[in-house]
Amino acid sequence: MRLDVILRVLAKLLIPFAVMFASYVQFHGDFGPGGGFQAGVIIAAAVIFYGLIYGLPSAREVVPDVLVEAMIAIGVLVYAGVGIAGLLLGGNYLDYFVLDHDPVHGQHRGIFWVEAGVAITVSAVMLKIFYVFAGRRRDAGGEGS
Amino acid sequence: MLSQHLPILLVVVPLLAAPIIVLLRRSFPSWLVATLASIATLAIALPLLARAVSEGVISYAIGNWPPPLGIEYRVDAANAFVAFIVSLIGVFVMPYCRRGVSSEVRAEEHYLFYAMMMLCLSGLLGILLTGDAFNLFVFLEISSLATYVLIAMGRDRRALVASYQYLLMGTIGATLYVIGIGLLYLQTGTLNLADLAVRLPAMGDPRATLAALAFITVGISLKIALFPLHLWLPNAYAYSPSAVSAFLAATATKVSIYVLMRYFFTIFGETVVFDARYTGVILLALSLAAMFIPAVVAIFQTDVKRLLAYSSVSQIGYITLGISLHSVGGLTAAVAHLFNHALTKGGMFLVLGGVVFRLGGSALDRMAGLGRTMPIASFAFVIGGLSLIGIPGTAGFVSKWYLVTAAMAEGQWWLAGAVMLSSLLAVIYVWRFVEVAYFREPPAGHPPAGEAPLSLLLPALAMIVACVWFGLDASWSGNMARAAAEALAGGWK
Amino acid sequence: MTFAGHYAYFVTILLLMVGLFIVIARSNLIKKLIGLGLFQTAVYLLYISPGKLIGGVAPIVGEGFEVYSNPLPHVLILTAIVVGVATLALGLALVVRIKEAYGSIEEEEILGLDADDELKSRDRS
Repeated sequence: MRLDVILRVLAKLLIPFAVMFASYVQFHGDFGPGGGFQAGVIIAAAVIFYGLIYGLPSAREVVPDVLVEAMIAIGVLVYAGVGIAGLLLGGNYLDYFVLDHDPVHGQHRGIFWVEAGVAITVSAVMLKIFYVFAGRRRDAGGEGS
Repeated sequence: MLSQHLPILLVVVPLLAAPIIVLLRRSFPSWLVATLASIATLAIALPLLARAVSEGVISYAIGNWPPPLGIEYRVDAANAFVAFIVSLIGVFVMPYCRRGVSSEVRAEEHYLFYAMMMLCLSGLLGILLTGDAFNLFVFLEISSLATYVLIAMGRDRRALVASYQYLLMGTIGATLYVIGIGLLYLQTGTLNLADLAVRLPAMGDPRATLAALAFITVGISLKIALFPLHLWLPNAYAYSPSAVSAFLAATATKVSIYVLMRYFFTIFGETVVFDARYTGVILLALSLAAMFIPAVVAIFQTDVKRLLAYSSVSQIGYITLGISLHSVGGLTAAVAHLFNHALTKGGMFLVLGGVVFRLGGSALDRMAGLGRTMPIASFAFVIGGLSLIGIPGTAGFVSKWYLVTAAMAEGQWWLAGAVMLSSLLAVIYVWRFVEVAYFREPPAGHPPAGEAPLSLLLPALAMIVACVWFGLDASWSGNMARAAAEALAGGWK
Repeated sequence: MTFAGHYAYFVTILLLMVGLFIVIARSNLIKKLIGLGLFQTAVYLLYISPGKLIGGVAPIVGEGFEVYSNPLPHVLILTAIVVGVATLALGLALVVRIKEAYGSIEEEEILGLDADDELKSRDRS
């Protein structure tokens, strides 16, 4: 690991803004272009950027593998859970109208959680892909198959 | 209250099980969740089938958006029956996985294996139930991606290449399908299958419809492994873990066949598909080729798993032959064979999995004297083989009988002869196993291998028993197949 | 019925053919995946281009806008892109594993290695 001062300092400066931008894309998804997919990828990109500059091991310290795998599952569960919530509240699957007294609020609430689930899973999947490909040589050792 | 949500629950239960399994990470709990989920799907599929048969079409609007706008799940006797088959096979295969997988997949990948099985199950059920053409593509890809991973988990390094090849072929097939529905969407402005079925006839028969029909047929045929497009199948079945071979052989191609039938009979309609052009003749020719050529190839295989895989390609020929007759009788035969072949081939792959567990390989030579060292397994395998041939008293006979009667009702006597003749080829490849297993001495150096463990043997035997059961009493399966055929041909009224 | 009117379709078909040709004709597993990606991307174009209306705006209802582009193809293709990414990632992962197991990513060499194995195992038995 070389000490590229400019890269390291710039990364430290940029990463908070990348995460900030991701949350803007995430939460503004109701009103403009954006949403969970894009936000998830931007968050993942921030971590991948960190990993590229500071090395894979330090990225894995920030976001451990176990957490990434758990996030993949949790995101899907959140998404599907919104559907089940619709069922339990007396509507059809993924029925947002019943999630609140006011159907329009219900739509907001439904889409908010669904997009949250999407963002969690997408960011985790992107990170997982990066970890797996980048760590292949290190992890594998002589494992192969 | 719950009963009205059955269509969506059937898809969501395995879909929810997958992330839960990933969170659990341990081998045993994940197996338990997967098994419970597959039992739950069967418990959902049965009442759904009963309702679909008695009430006709059940429509379920996802998110409460009314059908042509939102995604709709549309269930009738046909897809409810195939969904029942898929979940039934799931219930047979999942208990088997516990022991079967432990010897074939690395321990730290077990939870991923079960998660992939659940995703595959969920995808297959989704393909069946959805009433939206694009949603069908998404589920097709969910199940396919899970399948590629499952195949790559095989022990042999050739499993990787097999998986890669299937990935290429499968993706091309799915993409061709997307092109087809894209053309339909451009013409009609709808992706809802029931809506398409109404709007397409009103368009007349423009060239775009023909192009869409061609793309969809070829795309789905790749997934079916219809004869000249079957090249991915033998390797994929031969090198994947035994439980996966059994599950795929019994379900994946069957679901695609359902999709083809749905498009041919419900959406495009018989007039566009069969009367206006030579689809029937082409399909008939390909089916005949499938019945003979892969069966001959199967005879020369030195590996039993590959032999069974080629036999699958050949058996698919019987099903498409039923479709190509485009009569209710032919469709009944196709659906019945879909069910019977799923039981037979799934059971045989499971039995074979037990044998491989003991012998460490599936080469035919290793099975010398198997009739003495593993009498129950070899007997069960032979029963399955008899069903492949179509000996009376087994499930395979029932569907061949339907097929022959349907062909005769059309006045195609020579087809009946062709079915008999290709059954003779099946006799040869089953006989090769019988000869090696019963008429050869066990190799001297080998330790006397006993039967496979009960947890492997019982699910396999259960499937073979079911295969005999539905051979002796075909009234239920026959009625269901007929109801399914009528639902397919009758359209979604 | 002019060439210009069907411009997008010609591009689509050209890309489809190029992609499919690469998948079939190349022996390098990575190049095959690139071809597959091209093949899929061409289909995105098939969907997206008819969705655009000349003069149409983004489909958000507002004063003074009468013509909207069709959003549905975009939604569909967003899904298809995700599916394509997943396929590509899985395909590349498989290629990495194949490279580790065989030491090659040329299809012909790999099939040759498999054939050698087959012969050896036959000699042994």
